[in-house]
Amino acid sequence: MELLERAPVELKNAFLRVLGSLGVPEGMLAILSAVLIIGTVIGVFLGLFALMSVMERKILARVQNRYGPNRAGPFGLFQPVADGIKMLTKEDLVPRAADKVVHFLAPVVMMVPALLVLAILPYGRDMVPVELESGILFFFAVGAGTEVAIFMAGWASNNKYSVLGAMRAIAQMISYEIPLVISAVTAAMIAGSLSPSVIVAAQGGFAAGFLPHWFVTTPWGFTAALLFYIGALAESNRSPFDLPEGESELVAGHLTEYSGFKYATFFMAEYIGMFAICGMFVTLFLGGWQAPLPFLTVVPSWIWFFGKVCFVAFTMVWVRATLPRLRVDHLLAFAWKFLLPMSFAAFLSAACWHYAGRGPAAWFLSLVVVGIPYLVLGLSFTSRFSVSRRTYLFSE
Amino acid sequence: MNTNYLFLTIFLAVAIIFPLIPLAIAWAWARLFSPPKPGHEKLASYECGIDSTGPAQVQFQSHYYLYALVFLVFDVETIFLMPFAAAFLKLEFSAFLTLMVFLLLLVEGLVWAWAKGILAWK
Repeated sequence: MELLERAPVELKNAFLRVLGSLGVPEGMLAILSAVLIIGTVIGVFLGLFALMSVMERKILARVQNRYGPNRAGPFGLFQPVADGIKMLTKEDLVPRAADKVVHFLAPVVMMVPALLVLAILPYGRDMVPVELESGILFFFAVGAGTEVAIFMAGWASNNKYSVLGAMRAIAQMISYEIPLVISAVTAAMIAGSLSPSVIVAAQGGFAAGFLPHWFVTTPWGFTAALLFYIGALAESNRSPFDLPEGESELVAGHLTEYSGFKYATFFMAEYIGMFAICGMFVTLFLGGWQAPLPFLTVVPSWIWFFGKVCFVAFTMVWVRATLPRLRVDHLLAFAWKFLLPMSFAAFLSAACWHYAGRGPAAWFLSLVVVGIPYLVLGLSFTSRFSVSRRTYLFSE
Repeated sequence: MNTNYLFLTIFLAVAIIFPLIPLAIAWAWARLFSPPKPGHEKLASYECGIDSTGPAQVQFQSHYYLYALVFLVFDVETIFLMPFAAAFLKLEFSAFLTLMVFLLLLVEGLVWAWAKGILAWK
């Protein structure tokens, strides 16, 4: 198990030692080491993307009481290969009215931030590609680049659906970015650092021998985790926040005029971005690579990280299968009038938890500090609707 | 030179090249095996089969700007929160109170915007 824990790093080091003994210069080895890490990270996330693209369809199908893709290969697992070949050989249509250069650049610009943010996630014990002191800031600063790409795609397509979709996407993404960042800052504040590895390390250990010290187990952490999760759904344009590409009103939003591999690049970037933000969620609130129970620490840390990421991705599919799409005014009101005040409440609650000594008493104080705004805001939202018993005309 | 930034530079280069490779393969495939046959209808903007009228790149509704302005305030505020978060464990309680006053001023702005109806989508 100890061997498996270190396996990815040791394999890379062994490979580099062999190259070093063959007389490859030192500087070249440093670059090769970086390329190996980058290749592994991109490879793993491409694999996850391929798996996700077929599993999402299968899970959605199971929820809707049907089989989903099961023809290509065993259990339909070769479906992504078939899709990839189809995308590669499809004709790439660029409409006459489109701005050709920006139309071409948009998928590339979308892909770059989605990949670049993968550099700072701690994948396992001592397994972080770049040990950045301000990793959280880097993640959100680079991640915001996708907004530019979406607007480039919408505007350059010069199509009414695309432009409307892009406008909505911008309004939605900027609105949900603030609760997202503030809830992330809350976790960073308690760990006392913006470095993801330090935040994961702060969640290590177990209370009373079995309760993990994950931030999600505290009231402020649970609130911030929920806010971050909702923000993550909105930032990756996933259902129920998929208004920018709501097919019932906007055909495909900013993707309307994309076909062939440009569309596939968008698709890939969206999923990799989703996995990246799931990874951030796991790092901030679910203890990163830490095992959930003491006796499970023998399982390699990177298995825990990817297991948790897959679990969070699964819940996102579950949410997509369950909830209907929101209306645009409800969507924005929810971000500004509920999520934003709640994220401040979580921030305050975390500070109270810290100053009250982080013990059981602090736990309850934190619950009260976050609970009062929740009740006040929640009641102010629901009191406007009178809920009466539904009557059915033609049933019963 | 800091190796972190060397790594990130290499990562950036790989991230730019990565989507370009399949796009190049797709382009080469199209050149070799499926020559394009453009047509008036085929290259028209997609509008469910109806000819497109009027410009698509219209002006934004003014409401988007109001959201953008409110966003700007809070986005800059999150930038202020980040160094505070990084130093939080070493700070005294008075520093926290000072930050709360700062946050309160911003929340006051949000409440004002809320009361003015700026946050209501019309």
